[in-house]
Amino acid sequence: MPAVALPATAEWLAALAGSPLPGRRHEDWRFTDLAPLQSVAPEPWTGPDPFALAALPDGITRLEPSEAQQLRSQVLQATGSSAAWPVQLNQGASPRCLALRVSGAAGPLQLSIDAGTAPGLLALQLLLILEDGASLELLQHHSSNAANATSQLTVAQLGHGARLHLGVLAPGDCRASLLSHLAISQAPASALQLTTAVGGWALSRLEPRICQVAGAAHTRLRALQLVDGQDLADTHSHVRFEGPDGELDQLHKVVADGAGRSVFNGAVQVPRKAQQTNAAQLSRTLLLSDRARVDTKPELEIVADDVKCAHGATVSRLQQNELFYLQSRGIGADQASKLLLRGYCEEVLRELPAAAAALNPLQLLLRERP
Amino acid sequence: MIRPDAPLLLDICDLHASVEDQPILKGVNLSIRAGEIHAVMGRNGSGKSTLSKVLAGHPAYTVTAGSVNYRGADLLELDPEQRARIGLFLGFQYPVEIPGVSNLEFLRVATNSRRAERGDEELDTFAFEDLVHERLKVVQMDPAFLGRSVNEGFSGGEKKRNEILQMALLEPLVAILDETDSGLDIDALRIVADGVNQLAGPENATLLITHYQRLLDLITPDYVHVMAAGRILRTGGKELALELERTGYDWVDLELARLEPETVEVA
Repeated sequence: MPAVALPATAEWLAALAGSPLPGRRHEDWRFTDLAPLQSVAPEPWTGPDPFALAALPDGITRLEPSEAQQLRSQVLQATGSSAAWPVQLNQGASPRCLALRVSGAAGPLQLSIDAGTAPGLLALQLLLILEDGASLELLQHHSSNAANATSQLTVAQLGHGARLHLGVLAPGDCRASLLSHLAISQAPASALQLTTAVGGWALSRLEPRICQVAGAAHTRLRALQLVDGQDLADTHSHVRFEGPDGELDQLHKVVADGAGRSVFNGAVQVPRKAQQTNAAQLSRTLLLSDRARVDTKPELEIVADDVKCAHGATVSRLQQNELFYLQSRGIGADQASKLLLRGYCEEVLRELPAAAAALNPLQLLLRERP
Repeated sequence: MIRPDAPLLLDICDLHASVEDQPILKGVNLSIRAGEIHAVMGRNGSGKSTLSKVLAGHPAYTVTAGSVNYRGADLLELDPEQRARIGLFLGFQYPVEIPGVSNLEFLRVATNSRRAERGDEELDTFAFEDLVHERLKVVQMDPAFLGRSVNEGFSGGEKKRNEILQMALLEPLVAILDETDSGLDIDALRIVADGVNQLAGPENATLLITHYQRLLDLITPDYVHVMAAGRILRTGGKELALELERTGYDWVDLELARLEPETVEVA
C-alpha cells in the first residue's frame, strides 16, 4: 500500500538529523523514495530496550561511555560515515546503546531487535571493539509489525587478526522502514564476514561501509535482498583499501517480484597505496515480475595499477532449462519455481551465523507457510 | 525381449516438430511395447535428441503434426511433469546443474510426485533415505553426492549416474536415455549400462539414443532404428548397429537423395 507522508514527520526527522531529508537530487538517494519513513508517527519509539535482554557470553564485556564515544568517532571517521544521513539521524535520535569489548574467542551473540507494533522511530547503536586476535559470531535479527522505523548504527573495530562474522537477518513489514548503517574498520590480518538478508520492508536501506585501514585484511560480503508488492530495498555498500594486499569478495543477490524496487550501489575504492588488492564484486538479480524494477551499479575507483578487480552484474529470470529439468522429474511448475527460488536464496542464507538456522530465514523472508 | 502380445506403451505416428520455426522432425513413426529395448542411432543433427525432448515435453519444441499415444493417452496434451508422473523418463544428455537445491531434496520431491500419481503414500525424509540408499547400489554411487546441490560440480560420469539413480527411484515405464554414453570412460559406461540392464524388465521399455556401438555391446537392443533428416530411415535388429559400425552412414545420403531428390546434395 502506498505510504502517506505526514508533513510533521519530515520536519521532525530533519531536526533530529540536523539536516534535511535527502531527496532525488542527491546521487546516493536518486532511486530511493523516503515516503515510507515519512509516514511514521513523529515520536520516539517506546518499548522495552531490545538490548536490555541481551545475555553476554564469556569474553564480552561492556565499554565505559568514554571508550564507546572514542570508538565511535574513530571508526566513523575511518569509514567516512559521519556525513551519511542515516548516521546523522541515528546520532540525533538519542539511540539506545550497547557497547562491547570482545577478547579472545567469544561465544556467539544474538540480538533480537523487534520494533513490534509500537509507532515511531526506534534508534539503536551497537558498538564493538574486537581486540587483536579476538573472534565473534553475531546475529542481528530485525523485525517489525507496524508502520514504524528502525534506525540501526553498527560500529565495529577489528584489531589485528580479529575475526567478525556478522549477520543481519531482517524480515520486515510492508509498512515499516529499516535504516541500517554498518561502519567497520579492519586492521591488517583481520577477517570480516558480513552476511545480510533483507526483505519485506516498505523501505530498507543498508549501508555497509568498510575500511581496511592498512590493507592486508579479508572482507567477505554476502547479501540477499528481496522485494515484492510495493517494497523498496536499497543497499549502498562501500569498501575502501588504505593499504596493500587487501581482499574483497562480494556477492549481492536480489529477488525482485511484484512491483518491488531494488537498488544496489557497490562502491570499491582502491587508491594508489593499495597495490596488490584483490577485489571481486558480483551482483545477481532474479527478476520474477514485469512490474519490478532493479537498479544495480558497481562503482569502482581504482587508482593503483597492480591490482585485480573484477565485477559483474546479471539480471535474469528463472532458467528455463533448470525448470524443465525439474518438471521432467514430475515436479510441477509452481513447485519447481519455488525450489529454484529457494536454492537461489540459500546460497546467501547458508552464510549467516549458525544461530540463524533455528529462525528458518528462508521461511521468514519468503513468507512461506511452514 | 520381443513379445508381440505385450502391451503397447508408446506409439509415435507421423510426428513433425520444429524449434524456432525450423522443422526438425519430419514424420517419425515408432511403436514400443513393454519389455522392449530400442536403440535410435544416427548422425549429429538427424533429430535424435529432438525426438527425446519432444516426447518429454520441452517447451522450446513445437509439434506441428502427428500424434504420440502413451498407454492410451494423448501424450502431447500433457505438461512435462504430468508425463513424468505417469511413467515417462528422459535421461538428459547434459544433466542440468542447479546450485542451492539439495540433490536429496530434489530426488525426494520427484519420487513423491511419481508415487502420488500411482496412489502410493508419500515418503518422509527417513523412509526416503532408506529407499535412496538402496537404489544408490544400482549405480554404485557414493552417498556423499546426496548432500550436494543437484549435479553441481559433478563430473560427467557422476551426472550420468545421478540420471540413472533418478530412473531407479522413479521406476518409469518408458525410459528414454539421450546419449547417456557420451562423455563416459569405460568403467563409468559399464556401471551406467549395468544400471540400465538392472532396471529393464518385462513391464517397461527403454529407448536408447546413441552414436556408438559400444553402448550396445553392453545393453542388447531388440530393435535398432537409424534416424536421418528427421525421420526413421531403417529399422532392424541388433545386427543393424553392427552393420553401421562397418559401413558408416554414407548409404544414408543415397537413401535420402532417393526420398527427397530436390533437397539433398549427395557428396
